[in-house]
Amino acid sequence: MAETSDPTQNGTKASFESWGRYPSYRANIIPLHWQSDFPAVTEGLHNGILPVGLGRSYGDVGLLENGNLLVTTGMDRIISFDPETGLLTAEAGMSFAQILDFAVPRGFFLPVTPGTKYVTLGGAIANDIHGKNHHIAGTFGCHITQFELVRTDGTRILCSPTQNLEFYSATIGGLGLTGFISWATVQLKPIVSRKIDYEGIQFHGIDEFISLTEQSKDIEYTVSWVDCTSTGRNFCRGIFMQGDHSTKRDELKPSPKPRLIFPFDAPGFALNSLSVSLFNTLFFHKQFSKRVVALQDYEPFFYPLDKVLRWNRMYGKRGLLQFQYVIPWEHAREGTVAILKEVAKSGLASFLAVLKAFGDVPSPGMMSFPKPGITLCLDFPIKPGKSFPLCERLADMTLEFGGRLYPAKDAAMTAAQFQAFYPQWQQFARYRDPLLTSSFWERVTGNKPSL
Amino acid sequence: MNQTASSAPRKILVLGATSGIAEATCRIWAAQGASLFLVARNAEKLAAVAQDLKARGASYVDTAVVDLDDTDQHPGLLAHAINSLTGLDIAYLAHGVLGDQVAAEQDFNTAAHILHTNFMAPVSLLTWLANFCEQRRSGTIAVLSSVAGDRGRKSNYVYGSSKAGLSAFLAGLRNRVDREGVTILTIKPGPTKTAMTAGMKGSEKFADVDTVAQSIVKAIEKRQDNLYVPFQWQPIMFVVRNIPERIFKKLNL
Ligand SMILES: Cc1cc2nc3c(=O)[nH]c(=O)nc-3n(C[C@H](O)[C@H](O)[C@H](O)COP(=O)(O)OP(=O)(O)OC[C@H]3O[C@@H](n4cnc5c(N)ncnc54)[C@H](O)[C@@H]3O)c2cc1C
Repeated sequence: MAETSDPTQNGTKASFESWGRYPSYRANIIPLHWQSDFPAVTEGLHNGILPVGLGRSYGDVGLLENGNLLVTTGMDRIISFDPETGLLTAEAGMSFAQILDFAVPRGFFLPVTPGTKYVTLGGAIANDIHGKNHHIAGTFGCHITQFELVRTDGTRILCSPTQNLEFYSATIGGLGLTGFISWATVQLKPIVSRKIDYEGIQFHGIDEFISLTEQSKDIEYTVSWVDCTSTGRNFCRGIFMQGDHSTKRDELKPSPKPRLIFPFDAPGFALNSLSVSLFNTLFFHKQFSKRVVALQDYEPFFYPLDKVLRWNRMYGKRGLLQFQYVIPWEHAREGTVAILKEVAKSGLASFLAVLKAFGDVPSPGMMSFPKPGITLCLDFPIKPGKSFPLCERLADMTLEFGGRLYPAKDAAMTAAQFQAFYPQWQQFARYRDPLLTSSFWERVTGNKPSL
Repeated sequence: MNQTASSAPRKILVLGATSGIAEATCRIWAAQGASLFLVARNAEKLAAVAQDLKARGASYVDTAVVDLDDTDQHPGLLAHAINSLTGLDIAYLAHGVLGDQVAAEQDFNTAAHILHTNFMAPVSLLTWLANFCEQRRSGTIAVLSSVAGDRGRKSNYVYGSSKAGLSAFLAGLRNRVDREGVTILTIKPGPTKTAMTAGMKGSEKFADVDTVAQSIVKAIEKRQDNLYVPFQWQPIMFVVRNIPERIFKKLNL
């Protein structure tokens, strides 16, 4: 007897695009369903290998041109769950959506979550993602008590803060290059309600943002949306959003399934700077009063875009460039003002920019992105000849202010910029699995000319 | 706990429990607190599935590692499963192979192997299970067949004919045991989304395995006889079945 086999399950050549829809590369796609598939499937493969999750990275950390992509989403089993402590051990392809569906009705929540629930456990570890609670909880890696790393030579390494610490810290934020994460244990946190006690506050200018940040130190989730198109009186206006899990006991139902799928690639003209600044103005004034208080379900609070699957098509076929920096406190204020000015001047501005202060909980990852300071995340619809030069300029400015960029959101930084942002990259490279590589890695280590 | 008969966890036997559609279906049953007896060939995979289903809320999970091609083992296996579950509400047959059509065209043994796994082995299981259910005058037997059995196509007629045989067998069996209170469900899934299609261009067309599983659970609930899933396959296969042979021959399907 055998499992029902599926003709599509053998390696197939296909185009894989990043979430930003740029770049898009052909690769040999190999689905993994079982922990035991790795490293067996890699035997005889040429041209490099990269494990990938749900492809929610914006740039090329999850791509490998002409290589082999091992898609882990079929490995989505729970290995154990302790309802007393909230320790969940699961295969690396389990998504945050699946974890929430399982955990929320049992009174638990993810310790850290990004702005989409369609990421895998393995992908979240490899990028050492951060959420709206970075100032309190640190990165996702801070809550991973152990995981198994499998190398292409078959070595299995159990990693935890007390075992194989070098591989533990190289793999958290290790961009999928140190080996294959087969399973991981995450410490979930208890909740009694699906609801978030939400407060939205309008602010005008960076100083108001910083003082709101200081006042909200003890509030678990904080993030701001800033209008990056306005200059003059409205420069750096935005909405500061904060919230805590409601402590009022409530029914803990699973989430309904999303139904909307963005149906087509938007034509390029739909996204000119006029429509963007119009959108920003509307967004800002959607909140009419200075302060709004509400009890909100966690879905719209954390995942406003997930209702529309494949919303990235809104940017048309050319796609978008994401750009996220962190600048340490020392230069955070001036750096953010200078970069926002540059963005407004360029007229290439994105829909909405996300502004947040990172806290000082250290990441366990050697290559983790977050550090204390201000982080800003922007997106630019790709305009030939314009978007890349702007991003390069912004990256140089980031460097001058002592900051760095987030690989998960990058498709444009140069090798020189990357190596200046992450001087520890050579030390990290010692822990790389020799057969694993990514288009990102080839680009930023200078194996391939960047654009 | 005070459980009435209707709210007692259902007792479900799953043959081929490591297949993608079977596993997705089992997750729904596990969340409902069902008792499961899982059979598959690969011990490691079976253990991973069993662990997962236990964590998801199955009230009881037992397993047996068996190669279902070996029909001699069927009576012992089925008796053991029913004993372990202390009864049987649903038997779910989900094992099968696609096989290598090109090799099967050249070599009868390859073809025979596909027919054995997809037709002969299920017939052996179904004979035993149907008789058991008939005697008890209760139970549902749900079987994964395929739209490929609706019409032989050049690209996979060996697999297709094994499923055609299976579908015909099930139709006849239903005819026989229906009045005894036993339900036979023939499931015909179309192409289903798998791990590989995640993030790939153009994969939206395929059915999501969880959606397929939900339809199966619902069809069993409603004691349906046949299920095309997703439902669009019913009209599509109606058309395919009715294309005149003269034209069908020339198509490159
Ligand atoms: C709408 C949206 C909002 C977002 N918000 C945030 C945010 O707030 N904060 C934040 O930090 N990020 C954010 N992101 C980025 C996202 O969280 C990360 O890119 C995340 O890593 C994607 O996970 P994935 O499963 O899709 O991984 P992929 O993008 O498929 O892969 C990411 C990396 O993980 C590696 N990898 C995947 N699985 C394994 C494995 N099993 N073993 C080893 N390596 C593996 C890959 O090689 C790759 O390097 C957002 C993305 C979107 C689309």
